[in-house]
Amino acid sequence: METTPIIPQGVKRCSKMQFSLWMAAATAVLLWGVYAMYLCWFKGLNQTNMNDAYGFALWIWADLAVIALGGGAFFTGFLTYIIGKDKLKNIINYAVIIGFICYSSALLILAIDIGQPLRGWFIFWHANEHSMLTEVAFCLSCYFGVLTIEFLPNIFENPKLNKIPFLHHLAHNMHSIMAVFAATGVFLSFFHQGSLGGVSGVLFGRPFSYREGINVWPWTFFLFTWSAAACGPCFTILVTWITEKLTRKKLVKDDVIQLLAKISGWMLATYMIAKIADTIYWAMVTAPSMGFSFMDFYTSNPVYGIWILILELVICGIVPALILITRKGRENKSLLLLAVVLAVVGVCVNRWVMVLQTLAVPVVPFESWFMYSPSWQEVATTILPVAYGVIVISLAHRYLPVFPQERELNPTN
Amino acid sequence: MKEQHGYTSTKRYGMVIDLDKCTGCGACMVACYAENNVPFKKNETHKLDSLNWIRIFQLDNGKPYPDTEVCYLPMPCQHCDGIGKHGHSPCVSVCPAVATDYDYSTGVVSQIPTRCFGCRYCMAACPYHARKFNWWDPVWPADTEKYLNPDVSPRMRGVVEKCTFCFQRYQKARDKAYMEGRDEIHESEYQTACAEACPTSAIVFGDLNNPDHEVSKLKDSPRAFRLLERLHTNPKVYYLSSKSWVRRAGDNYLENESKPQSGRQKIHHK
Repeated sequence: METTPIIPQGVKRCSKMQFSLWMAAATAVLLWGVYAMYLCWFKGLNQTNMNDAYGFALWIWADLAVIALGGGAFFTGFLTYIIGKDKLKNIINYAVIIGFICYSSALLILAIDIGQPLRGWFIFWHANEHSMLTEVAFCLSCYFGVLTIEFLPNIFENPKLNKIPFLHHLAHNMHSIMAVFAATGVFLSFFHQGSLGGVSGVLFGRPFSYREGINVWPWTFFLFTWSAAACGPCFTILVTWITEKLTRKKLVKDDVIQLLAKISGWMLATYMIAKIADTIYWAMVTAPSMGFSFMDFYTSNPVYGIWILILELVICGIVPALILITRKGRENKSLLLLAVVLAVVGVCVNRWVMVLQTLAVPVVPFESWFMYSPSWQEVATTILPVAYGVIVISLAHRYLPVFPQERELNPTN
Repeated sequence: MKEQHGYTSTKRYGMVIDLDKCTGCGACMVACYAENNVPFKKNETHKLDSLNWIRIFQLDNGKPYPDTEVCYLPMPCQHCDGIGKHGHSPCVSVCPAVATDYDYSTGVVSQIPTRCFGCRYCMAACPYHARKFNWWDPVWPADTEKYLNPDVSPRMRGVVEKCTFCFQRYQKARDKAYMEGRDEIHESEYQTACAEACPTSAIVFGDLNNPDHEVSKLKDSPRAFRLLERLHTNPKVYYLSSKSWVRRAGDNYLENESKPQSGRQKIHHK
């Protein structure tokens, strides 16, 4: 009797032994993170190097960073299903999987980060509608649900599962209404990406991150959404490139990558204009009104010099934007890779300073700069999602038809 | 924040701390620990994870001997009124679970440890570092549990706590006044532990809105200033100092800005 293979037909995968060794290595790293997670949950947050000056630290940065990087899912979905860029259907599955990993990681890190994890549901039950964090919790959870729905049809397309008539039809029907979920995802993402920017932007007691804005939304609300839409797809391109290198196969055609890179480039270029305008207004008006000169934020401490602003705005902002918006730049593979790496680093640096530098700057005049380095438990629990992501991607790539162009690009006969 | 529509400006409890009188003895801190069941660690050398609802800073004028001048500055929670009159203090507005609230009948910024789930957003929002996180389980040395104040619940690991202006004392005074058929609480009936313990009477506590209370007069002194007024946190803790360098140390100024002559010249949120 002929059995249905578990691996999609017409594609080549590595041997079971090779796959098992790879998964074992990723699982070992994952278990290291799980052990650190266990320590944090059972012994408490004294396992971290956070303190009363650093209530937010590495984990909140990781949350903000992975959600920005996971922004590739909502923006690629928006371009594919709402704007009608059909070409991007060849990368949307992967963008959704990366988004799913990023968002589930963010939820896990948040669950470790709170002092009373068993009370995590209070944020929904006793919700304070004035808090940006409440909005983040609601939108993030809802959008994670949307991402799960977007991911499910791809899982049901596994040859074994697809043999089950119900799952086969469900996957087909879900595909046909995916635009509805994509639109919902865009709506939710706009708010939670923005609210994450609002988390630090509304802190009128913290001159480094406080921003004016429109009504209750500080400028950071819009800047965070914008930067996630710009840099999220860059992360999708980067992870696709890494996957291609590891599997030694071309998985997505160049024209698809080029289109996504071009749109990302223009989003990044316009974001940089807005971000630079915001920085100038903050430096010239907002901060001085609170008694701070621009250079107060970048001197008298061992870490945060003006270099970090140059790194964020110029090296990891203007440079990748210029590469990506020029045809010659993005068609050069090395430059394209450099640009997406810089853009990813840039958005991570932005999230870092908005969380960590905000808390490092002394506000009470007779206090000094507060410095922080994470404990191994914080590092391990932050690497945990990376190992988890590697495992999910490895399983998805092996067993699911993630890349529609793979067979065409890698004929087996 | 949800009660803002029913707001009537009755009481606005606050504190005036005379820095010219403060000797930095720490009696206020000890009294606070005892009154509010604040736990402590075996080793208190790492101050950034210590629990203390009032801290004392030592300031100096930065000049070499013999021109050196020193000032001690006790800093409890500033019980910020925030922008406007709707309790938009930095911490209250950000707490996602309403675990910290602004009490419109007293102006006290409260903390509800059993509601707090330990996200620490309030700590990131507070520029005064007045909020403390329970990084460790509270451990009381042998038999000291018997001396805990029965009016204050000890907090558990993983939640934020802070100065409440000894709110339990307000509740007791209010109950007593009610039983005696009075609407008003006398100034002496509700005093914080730190104010009572201060040997030089540097800490004065009362209703800033009540002209009969000493604090309402002291806050209008030419020596008065508040910490970080430029951030519009609108604190209810006032400081007094006859030294201009101390008053200047209370806020951030650009290099080319002139020195403030007195707190009266600054913005005052009523």
